[in-house]
Amino acid sequence: MKWREKAIEGIFALCASISIFTTLGVIAILLFESIAFFRKVPIIRFLTETQWTPLFAKKHFGIIVLGSATFLTTVIAMAVALPLGLMAAVYMSEYASERARRILKPCLEILAGIPTVVYGYFALLFVTPLLKKVIPSISGFNALSAGIVMGIMILPTVASLSEDALYAVPRSLREGAYALGASTRQVVTGVVIPAAFSGIMASFILGVSRALGETMIVAIAAGQTPRLTLNPLVPIETMTAYIVQVSLGDVPTGSLEFRTIFAVGLTLFVINMTFNVLSYWLASRQRRFKL
Amino acid sequence: MKERWLERLFKALTFISTIIGLLVLVILLIDVLKDGLPRLSWKFITSFPSRNPDEAGILPALVGSAMLLILTALFAFPIGVAAGIYLEEYASDNLFTRLIEINIANLAGIPSIIYGLLGLEIFVRALRGITGGRSIFSGALTMSLLVLPIIIVSSREAIRAVPRSIREAGYALGATKWQVVRDQILPVAMPGILTGTILALSRAIGETAPLITIGALAYIAFLPPLSLKALQSPFTVLPIQIFNWVSRPQEAFHANAAAAIIVLLVLLLSMNAAAIYLRNRFQVRFE
Repeated sequence: MKWREKAIEGIFALCASISIFTTLGVIAILLFESIAFFRKVPIIRFLTETQWTPLFAKKHFGIIVLGSATFLTTVIAMAVALPLGLMAAVYMSEYASERARRILKPCLEILAGIPTVVYGYFALLFVTPLLKKVIPSISGFNALSAGIVMGIMILPTVASLSEDALYAVPRSLREGAYALGASTRQVVTGVVIPAAFSGIMASFILGVSRALGETMIVAIAAGQTPRLTLNPLVPIETMTAYIVQVSLGDVPTGSLEFRTIFAVGLTLFVINMTFNVLSYWLASRQRRFKL
Repeated sequence: MKERWLERLFKALTFISTIIGLLVLVILLIDVLKDGLPRLSWKFITSFPSRNPDEAGILPALVGSAMLLILTALFAFPIGVAAGIYLEEYASDNLFTRLIEINIANLAGIPSIIYGLLGLEIFVRALRGITGGRSIFSGALTMSLLVLPIIIVSSREAIRAVPRSIREAGYALGATKWQVVRDQILPVAMPGILTGTILALSRAIGETAPLITIGALAYIAFLPPLSLKALQSPFTVLPIQIFNWVSRPQEAFHANAAAAIIVLLVLLLSMNAAAIYLRNRFQVRFE
């Protein structure tokens, strides 16, 4: 009987440790293939070249080209998601009745559950034609449309986590300000938002990390043309879109071209993890405040 | 009174910000329905893809999505629940446990396309002999890793909600830990666990990027055989088929994409409805 209990506990522990193997596996394969890549292409070329043409005869490997595109779409997405998300959080936490809040929050979260390929469709075939009416010079593929739609996708993440942070601010702080005759606007901008600042930043940074890794929207709507630019109206190619492009092509596994996707993946992974850790750290600072 | 106007303006702005998200959701749905509904028919659902957009259908993609769903559930559900049980009931608060906890939070933040690269190296290349390479087997294993953190977290929450008294009644009757877990905790926690699992699986059938990396094909003109060999056959799923049709320049294919999106959204909606139903119907409340 005893050994059976032990065996069951062992199996359960093994299942739990699969999560660790997953992380180790990700790091191992990214490093393994990237090291093989950097043996052929010095890392200095990867970091300093200003062209990205691994699939051409004359090869250049400037990650900055893909990085700038990822940066651009992320900035546009956050320019949409941060103000809208924060304001929505303020409405739900400070103005809405408990009933309205219970309806609004899950409704907003539906946005986060829609498959990204559907957002890609929406960006390419609805938002881009709409933008074309306002900005006739915009290309069929562009960072602006992809970024805006990505911002809408991230909005619920920012709104939901910011709302948690605002909600966690003690009532006594608000009431102190109200007692001095402040309006809700003054209480929110002067007391609640500063008090919840760490938590709001955490939600914002988590949103950034989502945007960095988002793939289908940019692959469909932003194009597959590597270009070093911050112009939101022309086709570009993000890091994730490049991985998709190579995966769809017939690049032989094990070749240098094939290994580029792991070097790009490693770059994405490192940046993404940095933001995740930052977000985690900021969120834990907020929690300490609750005392 | 300047502040009164500012206050009104501020309140209006926060309200508009809340509504914009919902408005976009409605516009998106109307846009997809408008483009896709005329194309949607029984023939569309039961046909194979074709170079002629009017004859193309989603049968292999639908079958592929269903198989992916079932296989992912088969792999991820037992492992996720076992991990959840371990972390809630067995693990003591030591370095190993804390490492796993940080890790699970961390895994949820890794972009899905990175999971695709992992699946490509491990399941498609290293384990080619077992998985058959770019097969539905590899796809389901990759998806399992992707949704495992979600299942673990929701299992833990459901198990944690089971009151102490139930456990202690079991132990008082001389039950072993495994007997308490099997006969007392799991039955009570199961609705919560299933709800979390369904939500995790609805994430899996909406995912596209990791399956592109491991090499799901968009053009599959046959159904998998009704044997174990089916696991090793090449596959496609609805999101991949949608991506393929969206990427084409012809407008007729875009209508196909919209119609396939409607099918995908209906699938997701019914899964979410099932999850909500389970939660409300079987939730046991303890005083």
